[in-house]
Amino acid sequence: MTKTWKELPEGGLITESGNAHQYETGDWRNLRPVHDQEKCINCLFCWIYCPDSAIIIKDGKVVGVDYAHCKGCGICARECPEKVKAIKMVDESECE
Amino acid sequence: MSTKELVARTGNEAMAEAMRQINPDVVAAYPITPATEIVQLFSSFVADGLVDTEFVTVESEHSAMSACVGASAAGARVMTGTSSQGLILMAEILYIAAGVRCPIILAEVNRALSSPINIHCDHSDTMSVRDSGWIQIFSENSQEAYDNMIQAVRIGEHMDVRLPVMVTTDGFIISHGLEAISMLEDKEVQDFIGPYKAAYSLLDVGKPITVGALDFTDFYFEHRRQTAQAMENGKKVILEVGREFGEKFGRSYGFFEGYKLEDAEIALVMLGSTAGTARVAVDKLREAGVKCGLLKLRVFRPFPAVELAEALKHLKAIAVMDRSDSLSTAGGPLFTEVRSALYDLPSRPAMVNYIYGLGGRDITVADLEGIYQELQRISGGGQIQKTLQYLGVRE
Repeated sequence: MTKTWKELPEGGLITESGNAHQYETGDWRNLRPVHDQEKCINCLFCWIYCPDSAIIIKDGKVVGVDYAHCKGCGICARECPEKVKAIKMVDESECE
Repeated sequence: MSTKELVARTGNEAMAEAMRQINPDVVAAYPITPATEIVQLFSSFVADGLVDTEFVTVESEHSAMSACVGASAAGARVMTGTSSQGLILMAEILYIAAGVRCPIILAEVNRALSSPINIHCDHSDTMSVRDSGWIQIFSENSQEAYDNMIQAVRIGEHMDVRLPVMVTTDGFIISHGLEAISMLEDKEVQDFIGPYKAAYSLLDVGKPITVGALDFTDFYFEHRRQTAQAMENGKKVILEVGREFGEKFGRSYGFFEGYKLEDAEIALVMLGSTAGTARVAVDKLREAGVKCGLLKLRVFRPFPAVELAEALKHLKAIAVMDRSDSLSTAGGPLFTEVRSALYDLPSRPAMVNYIYGLGGRDITVADLEGIYQELQRISGGGQIQKTLQYLGVRE
């Protein structure tokens, strides 16, 4: 169970660093970035511009999106180069 | 300076001297009548090297309180002073200071709120932030203002409390009234307050923290509940500190002070400087055989409801004196809370409410004698004609 008022740090204090990953914000999303591995040239613009840390990189390559934290802002799709356009924003209602 | 020696100090001077002796790490302040002198005098203490304080000049009270919160979150002992419009400009950050549990001390001089613009005393400003999570202590005179400032440090910084504290005086009546007060030695003040040990610090890079993070439906309620508990814990601490102050320096403090209250049949309940005037009225009427008394409330937040009911239960009739109007049409803020506190008594005193002294309108001994006479009529079985009355307004 989530901590009671007696167990939580006082005053809404967060007493450790780097714990934002524990707070899942993916359910705020209306539009989902869908990454096309075939088209991607791995320029990593999406990774650079993502205001969260939702672009997953492995061995210098984009391998997907962290949907537990991506809020669907669409900046990755916008910054993906004109000639590539490997990220498409899809309405969540059309996704599984 | 010995504890026995009397010196002449206005309320503002007394508060500034207390701040000098407390020697806080940071003061961030913006001037406003009638509180200007407090921080003006304090800035001269800084300039003269009498304190070690970092004095932050800012462009508004909103910024003053914001700087105070930042400094407090960094682990500093922090103080400021303001009044009236300045206090309500701070209002947004007052709530934040309490919410993030910063034990900031605020010297607040009670003054009316605009509009119409007015620089004189009433309690509208302090009452307007009564729900902000600040402990609120009222003073009757310069001596109490001085003593309350020193106690406020211990109360706010207590580990079971960790809440900001505002100590109030009445604008001009106390703030600019010259009175004989007894001051402690600098060392006595330092020994009494002790060093400040912050529970955390934003500047501690070895132990990084976040202050003021977002709370949604899943946590906000729990954090408000914590603040309510801190207020509850404050009640015990206020009494402990008031008792210890008395043992050490000869002036004890509680939630309130009764005057000829034990055997009284009728009484007034009030905050601040009017209590001095009311004592004279009580003495005069007592000489004429009237069993009248007075309860001067010192601590408005937390509100000592149970203790007030116990102290007032034997009375036949009470008049609650409000120096501000909530404009609810059902009585001033002090009245509604005092009346509510007495609701569970098996037999309740009759109660009436007087709104008085708005915008600094004088209140006299004769005014208060008149109220005691009305209470005599009511306690003798007379009907209450009007529960809420405006005392001294031209009809």
